[in-house]
Amino acid sequence: MAQGDVTLGSLEDIPADLWEECSACHQLLYSREFEAALWVCSKCGYHKRLTVEQRLATVADEGSVQELFADLPLADPLRFPEYHEKLEQARQKTGMDEAVWTGLVSIGGHRVGMGIMDLAFIGGSMGWVVGEKVTLLIERCVEERRGVVMFCASGGARMQESLVALMQMPKTCAAVGQMNQARLPYITVLTDPTYGGVTASFAFLGDVILAEKGAAMGFAGPRVIQITKMKIAPEVQTAEFQYEHGMIDLLVGREQVRDTLVDLLEWLVPHPVDRQSSGSGVSVG
Amino acid sequence: MPKTEQRSQPQATRDPWEIVQLARDPQRPYTLDYVNRIFERFVELHGDRRCGDDGAMVVGMGFLEDQPVAVVGQQKGRTASERRERNFGMARPEGYRKALRMMEMAARFERPLVTLIDTPGADCLEDSEGRGISEAIACNQRAMFALPVPIVSVVIGEGGSGGAIGIGVGDRVYMQENTYYSVIMPEACAAILWRDPSQSVRAAEALKLSPGDAMRLGLIDGIIAEPGGGAQADYDGAANLVRTQIVGALEELRPLAPEELKRSRYQKFREMGKPE
Ligand SMILES: [Zn+2]
Repeated sequence: MAQGDVTLGSLEDIPADLWEECSACHQLLYSREFEAALWVCSKCGYHKRLTVEQRLATVADEGSVQELFADLPLADPLRFPEYHEKLEQARQKTGMDEAVWTGLVSIGGHRVGMGIMDLAFIGGSMGWVVGEKVTLLIERCVEERRGVVMFCASGGARMQESLVALMQMPKTCAAVGQMNQARLPYITVLTDPTYGGVTASFAFLGDVILAEKGAAMGFAGPRVIQITKMKIAPEVQTAEFQYEHGMIDLLVGREQVRDTLVDLLEWLVPHPVDRQSSGSGVSVG
Repeated sequence: MPKTEQRSQPQATRDPWEIVQLARDPQRPYTLDYVNRIFERFVELHGDRRCGDDGAMVVGMGFLEDQPVAVVGQQKGRTASERRERNFGMARPEGYRKALRMMEMAARFERPLVTLIDTPGADCLEDSEGRGISEAIACNQRAMFALPVPIVSVVIGEGGSGGAIGIGVGDRVYMQENTYYSVIMPEACAAILWRDPSQSVRAAEALKLSPGDAMRLGLIDGIIAEPGGGAQADYDGAANLVRTQIVGALEELRPLAPEELKRSRYQKFREMGKPE
């Protein structure tokens, strides 16, 4: 189930140029329009994998973003060969501290905790730091009585941290359990792609689970399937399959994600409604 | 591949790849071999009350030193037909949900829970995906943190990733001497990282999957010795050693109040892997 090393769909640094190519159908798209369409291809409907900054731009109220827990140390508990260098490179390449961003944002006035995973950082895989940031975020939100929205995207548990990575699964599940007990809303949004140790822990424990249309997902990652020659049809590992089988509440296009979250939060957020005017936080990027 | 008839060596001299082979030895005692030797009057229960009964997961009620305990464990098979029936020890969602039934019953009737881990990994084929293998494993982990009774887990063979942790949230977690616990099979790790399955030996080392390494990393609470020649050479002896460890752990855990148990269980997993 670990898929740590796989750079799923290689997010190359695309220059902020006038044109961008859809990685699914190779259609050239006018950057401005692509961005206005929230990076959904106008020709084939493919939902491009987003950076944290782009994701925040699609859901957060303007000026409402406050990053948290960005200062954890790099973890290499097993002293795994070549891993430390890989971490350093990932930091340089992505400008992120690890494969998940955590913070507070407002969505339609609802102040919530938010996690956003980034595929570009070692396949969005979960090691100690990712598990720790997710857990710290949830614990903080339990303390402050806020809901949490998690945008999941991951190749699975990070194999270079083996058993330590595996133990992030129970840790995050336990944290979600604390949210449930505190009767606070926990919403997950599964984005392309979400696999392995993340699906089998905090991703599939949402009170409400959304998935972006066309997102790949499954328990075993594609590389593991390939190596072990397991017979799993590609259409099985999709948001659509999970939705048809009752594992997901809503299949959403990216343009619906924000409004859907607002509706859900209106319903779920406990009284008195914890609203803060936007503009109080620090902007990211 | 090292043959297993040789005398049991001390842990330190056995290399990780050798341990992986021993953990997979089909002559090793499996869950039911242990259950019938460790617990008295064991009654196996069947079915998840949703869609089926998974042969790869065994659950039931037994007694240990006259105390009622709930038992959950993964089960492999030896003959070709047994292996199929047990799905090679790869439990499906219905297996994890059957285990959850047993856990909830343990909570309701205030019986400690013992889990025996022996799986190469959970089943991930189409049927399991369609019935929510990820959700089932995630729910079990969350549920185990809420159990108000002592939980003792023992890795008795393969501790295969998510499949293992789906029943592995113990107040005490032990590994037998010749078992491994890893996020990925070393063969798959080698193929993914180095595009070379023949590097499996190196991967087994790098993954730190042996009981000694898990102990040094603070991820388990103890290593259970095996009889000379290993567990596969002496089922009774191996079962006795496992039994003694479980009895000892339950003695330590029994006096703890439910809230204290849950608090320290959360704290235990909360601290794992924290850099110094
Ligand atoms: Zn396209």
